[in-house]
Amino acid sequence: MSTLNVDKVDPSTGTDLEIGTSGDTITIPSGATLTTTSATLNLPTTITATTEVKTNKVSPATGTAFALGDSGDTFTVPSGATIVNSGTATGFGITQTSFLPTAAPLIVNGDMAVAQRATSSTGLTGSGYFTVDRMHWQNDTLGTWTQIQEAQTSGDAFDAGFATAFRVDCTTADASPAAADFLQFHYVLEGQDVQMFKKGTSNAETYTVAFWVKSNKTGTAQVNLYDDKSRICSGTYTISSGDTWEHKIVTFAADTTNAIDNDNSAGLEIGWALDAGSNYTSGTVATAWETKAATDESVENLSLGDSTSNDWAITGIQLEVGTYTSADLPPFRHESYGDNFSRCQRYFQQRGKVARIGYGAGSCHTSTVVSGCTIFFPVEMRATPSQSQSASTEFYLTGSGQNQVCQSDTLGNEGISTMGVTTSAVGTSLAVGNCYWLNTVDGDGYIEWSAEL
Amino acid sequence: MITSAKYWKNVTEEEAHSIKAVINGVSCLVPMDNENTDYQNILKWVAEGNVIEEAD
Repeated sequence: MSTLNVDKVDPSTGTDLEIGTSGDTITIPSGATLTTTSATLNLPTTITATTEVKTNKVSPATGTAFALGDSGDTFTVPSGATIVNSGTATGFGITQTSFLPTAAPLIVNGDMAVAQRATSSTGLTGSGYFTVDRMHWQNDTLGTWTQIQEAQTSGDAFDAGFATAFRVDCTTADASPAAADFLQFHYVLEGQDVQMFKKGTSNAETYTVAFWVKSNKTGTAQVNLYDDKSRICSGTYTISSGDTWEHKIVTFAADTTNAIDNDNSAGLEIGWALDAGSNYTSGTVATAWETKAATDESVENLSLGDSTSNDWAITGIQLEVGTYTSADLPPFRHESYGDNFSRCQRYFQQRGKVARIGYGAGSCHTSTVVSGCTIFFPVEMRATPSQSQSASTEFYLTGSGQNQVCQSDTLGNEGISTMGVTTSAVGTSLAVGNCYWLNTVDGDGYIEWSAEL
Repeated sequence: MITSAKYWKNVTEEEAHSIKAVINGVSCLVPMDNENTDYQNILKWVAEGNVIEEAD
């Protein structure tokens, strides 16, 4: 190898200077420095650096966007490294400042997995809790309905992880509701469970309600928030395609007035207005909190009761603190069935529907009465519950070598509280002083306790 | 929908602490507790002019 020592090489003509020939390798030795200060370095489309590139900034060559790698590439952020949001950058998804996590979702049974009462109920003309736990049906003389907990096997809601939904089918239509008729799917939260919204303070938070919905009816419908001070704030959503699961996100304004009581009574209610008479449709959608006016409750009227062809289904309900879009909505917090079930039991419990299930034993102090059968609730209920039961003939008083069918049409509710009940039962020709065990005859016997909101 | 209501004394009690009501076609014992929403609804039902029957 020969060496040419010069201080400068210039083109012989013009301004282009070429070093070497295609296929050549030009090596800059270790320890040498290649300085391009204040010069423009035109690089080829692809630069291959098999070791490490050190720079303080990477920016787009033109415009405002650049791509990092190609589809299928994997980029590893090493252990101990940190990716920092400067504070206002977007695209980071959930951040500590935008998301106030809760240990469990605010909505109990939002995935419609638990249905203690029944998985279907037909001929519904009134209001109440009929199938899926916590899901209230408000029907003021607007049609007749079948309600079911519907298993999902396909569709976008199923693909999003929801195996069950709450569904209603109209079985007797009311195409011309009377003025006071009203139909609403309804969920109620305790006041003590929504204090993080800081309603009634200068730091009041906004609300986001997200859910999956499917109906044969298309068009715009209304969702209402109600507080415990007879105030309302509303939003709307649009069902774009019939019989297709669609994910909806509805946001609601904050309210710096009218704090919600911090107790176990109804504090915040979410109502999906489905149909109504003229008393509820002539106003405007209240996008800011206001004193509730019936005329504002179903302005965007889906008219779900106008045909027996109509149905409406919902699942994946979530309530979040703050305002979200589809780009940054926190994921639905799925619970185990057991955790979900236990949370439902705060509001409703059922024991029975299994042959010979026991309700404790009591003592016989007259020839017809057994008392002191103590039943402890597995979960403390919200309030002292109402008690209902199957026919008394579905219960045995077992003792003194016999199974004696209960005679009274009502088991007692002595000492009932949020923690349990000490029930009594009536038989015939019982042995005074003996102990009798209250239990079901077969799978038709049950006792229920309800402390719903 | 409440269709009937009657004060209820358990067989071991001398005073009624509950109301036996038929709500949505289901007979139930409703404790006279202001936090119980069934009881709240019975009170509204009474305010509309209905009457709770005396206990047997």
